[in-house]
Amino acid sequence: MPVDGQPQTVRKAVVVGGNRIPFARTGGAYTKTSNQDMLTAALDGLIARFGLQEERIGEVAAGAVLKHSRDFNLTREAVLGSALSPETPAYDLQQACATGLETVLGLANKIRLGQLDSAIAGGVDSASDAPIAVSEGLREVLLDLSRAKTLPQRLQILARLRPKDLAPDAPNTGEPRTGLSMGEHQALTTAQWNISREAQDELALNSHRNLAAAYDAGFFDDLLTPYRGLTRDSNLRPDTSPEKLASLKPVFGRNLGSEATMTAGNSTPLTDGASTVLLASEDWADGHDLPKLATVLDGEAAAVDFVHGKDGLLMAPVFAVPRLLARNGLTLDDIDFFEIHEAFAGTVLSTLAAWEDEEFGRERLGLDGAFGKVDRSRLNVNGSSLAAGHPFAATGGRIVATLAKMLHEKGTSGGRPALGLVSVCAAGGQGVVALLEAYTDGNTAGEVHD
Amino acid sequence: MTDTYARLVNHGVGRDLARKLGLPQPAELRRYRPGQPLIDGPVLVGGSGPGADGIAAALLSWGLDVRRHAVPKERLGAIVLVLDALEAPGDLEQPVLAAAPALRDLAPGGRVVTVSRVPGGTPATAAARQGVDGLLRSLAKELRAGATGNGIVLAEDVSPTAPSALGALRFFLSGRSAFVDGQFVRVGSADGSLPDDADAPLAGKVAVVTGAARGIGAAIARTLHRDGATVVAVDVPAAGDHLAEVANGIRGTALQLDITRDDAGQRIIDHAVHRHGRLDVVVHNAGITRDKLLVNMDQSRWGSVIEVNIAAQLRINEALLASEHFRSAPRIVSVASTSGIAGNRGQTNYAASKGGVMGMVRATAPLLAEYGGSINAVAPGFIETEMTARIPFATREIARRLNSLQQGGQPGDVAEAISFLAGDSAGGISGEVLRVCGQNLVGA
Repeated sequence: MPVDGQPQTVRKAVVVGGNRIPFARTGGAYTKTSNQDMLTAALDGLIARFGLQEERIGEVAAGAVLKHSRDFNLTREAVLGSALSPETPAYDLQQACATGLETVLGLANKIRLGQLDSAIAGGVDSASDAPIAVSEGLREVLLDLSRAKTLPQRLQILARLRPKDLAPDAPNTGEPRTGLSMGEHQALTTAQWNISREAQDELALNSHRNLAAAYDAGFFDDLLTPYRGLTRDSNLRPDTSPEKLASLKPVFGRNLGSEATMTAGNSTPLTDGASTVLLASEDWADGHDLPKLATVLDGEAAAVDFVHGKDGLLMAPVFAVPRLLARNGLTLDDIDFFEIHEAFAGTVLSTLAAWEDEEFGRERLGLDGAFGKVDRSRLNVNGSSLAAGHPFAATGGRIVATLAKMLHEKGTSGGRPALGLVSVCAAGGQGVVALLEAYTDGNTAGEVHD
Repeated sequence: MTDTYARLVNHGVGRDLARKLGLPQPAELRRYRPGQPLIDGPVLVGGSGPGADGIAAALLSWGLDVRRHAVPKERLGAIVLVLDALEAPGDLEQPVLAAAPALRDLAPGGRVVTVSRVPGGTPATAAARQGVDGLLRSLAKELRAGATGNGIVLAEDVSPTAPSALGALRFFLSGRSAFVDGQFVRVGSADGSLPDDADAPLAGKVAVVTGAARGIGAAIARTLHRDGATVVAVDVPAAGDHLAEVANGIRGTALQLDITRDDAGQRIIDHAVHRHGRLDVVVHNAGITRDKLLVNMDQSRWGSVIEVNIAAQLRINEALLASEHFRSAPRIVSVASTSGIAGNRGQTNYAASKGGVMGMVRATAPLLAEYGGSINAVAPGFIETEMTARIPFATREIARRLNSLQQGGQPGDVAEAISFLAGDSAGGISGEVLRVCGQNLVGA
């Protein structure tokens, strides 16, 4: 609390734990399931795990990228359908694929400032149950019709309708300003950074193997609650092989002149799913006898000018991470776990390539040379989106809960709390990154001192 | 899971028809609901001596209407036969025949409870005491309209008004014992205490229930919660969605855990202690069936059943016994099965595991005694669950009628017996197996 003009003390925001439902490939187990149903299920699993029934949580924030207009209060409606106290407030947030991570950062900041003691961050997306809009022509006619007063007026308006107006306006993931799909955008970047097909397939293979191993070890036993018959992510292929991945035909970048390298195997599929993360102040966690896995230290957003081709669509994290680490006096070598969202294998590899590039470091990042090298043995060690799938807004919550548990298990590293970095790229040329640290009672790398 | 036949023969035309044709007419059982009276109608206390006087006084203190002599034509809620001082078989005649005419006046859902001693002493005393066994089991088969007969057997030096004797008496008289029939509970010591609030006997306790996602396990979790306990609901990660639903319905916590993991016991203790501050009760309910005639049995069917149903329990108990957090009158209750007693075709593996549970319970009892703890098993007979609903119609129909109550039990009936054994009032009962089978005609 501010006292006599003293600066407000920033306290810790900790990750207590998380819960998600298994992610399902679009058209699979959750085909007929709404965003609200999935988010409610993810919340109820979290509530059961931590005994939060009838608890008034400070605030719940979540969102969806593909959202029906009727879901204007999606998160609040999910809260009302859950076992939480109906007196728990909630809000929706939308920042494309960074939605989930941004809910974590926003709520953690409120906790740090003392505005909240507890919060649940989350996200959900369904590409199966996607909204379909009517055409602009039909929409205008319908609106005019609602304003018409007489029958002749109505008939006159209806006469404006043309057959093409009746075709529905299906959602697409293309960029409004370029008309290119995300995959085609990434194909440009992948080619620009000369990322090979083999390297992309290898990253995809590791993602599947790491995720499968984590499941087998029971790592997700307290991070996931089964839903609608699914107990694991349906996209996971534990038995995939370099040969199988190599046999897939390229689907993006086939008209670039160079060899097309991006396949269904090294790109994430459309996915349905939901995730949640329980955040709290230390006192609230202690008062509720709940664990404190990790501290949310800091976050940073960035955006790039992809419209004019200055940078690739999904390259914003390349700029966000150096700023975040510099502010905290850290380098890539200090990070124990890297969680770089695998929108496409090419995205991760282009990011790493940019950081290793001397010229890019000097000219674009304003450094003396290359930003640095990511130790690949610390990258996405329990799998990431290529294997798990990527229900847009749910990915941030998946990563934060997973990373918090990994940091907790690791404890300390070289005498200081283990550090984890999250990087999520997003549509619109955006990126959000965050820094987490294993929870300890002592001082932390990002601690704010008076 | 509904017994359509029982519904049919209890109402209207179906009832009349069943009566005329002499078909079995399973009664609607008197089941416990919080707040309802312990028993409807007066209780006749038969037998004489300090034991009978003590029990009559206890029943009076519970607010019951007590008779020491039968009043002809008066509807009775229960008959308690106190036979704790028998010295020879001839001693049975007077108290038993004195109470006999009153059986006509026993209300539907009434109770007969005998109180006697563990066979021992002189040959004549032992004969008299063992005689009660045959008497009660036969009488239970004569009772109709959902009435049941059960017995309390006291160790040599245990008073008929010892806490667990009264606890067992209360259990047998109440609707909690609806599907327990023709059974004896042995009270081995004067340990235990009666709860302050009979409707919240587990208040303040933290209980872990394995296999809690569905069926009998879910019923156990809900019943322990109803009786005042904070419940940790445990099941395999793959059953997590049902588990969350159960936990959220009873303000408990869900622990997704494969109990066959080596560290399962420690994880259970850690969760209970870190989240809820203590651990008082562990109910080993998780179990699987992999039925096959022994001649066709393979390693995976045999091994998995033994592993889940008994080996995992043994490992978890080892961790519990080694933990300093499980020292304050702890309770373990295991779910066995009548298959483990009487055997069941196609269930050699399952029956071996459930027989194992009963052996484990007997041998573990002395290890818990020094902490005022107890361990017991409950052996369900035919219970109406999703599992038994999958048995072919004819087989199921025969299985559910082959007991004195002519019906299958409900998951809640098993849960009631477990809740009783989990409470403070069962402290003097340990190493026992209580059957919840409606006096199943096989394997008595």
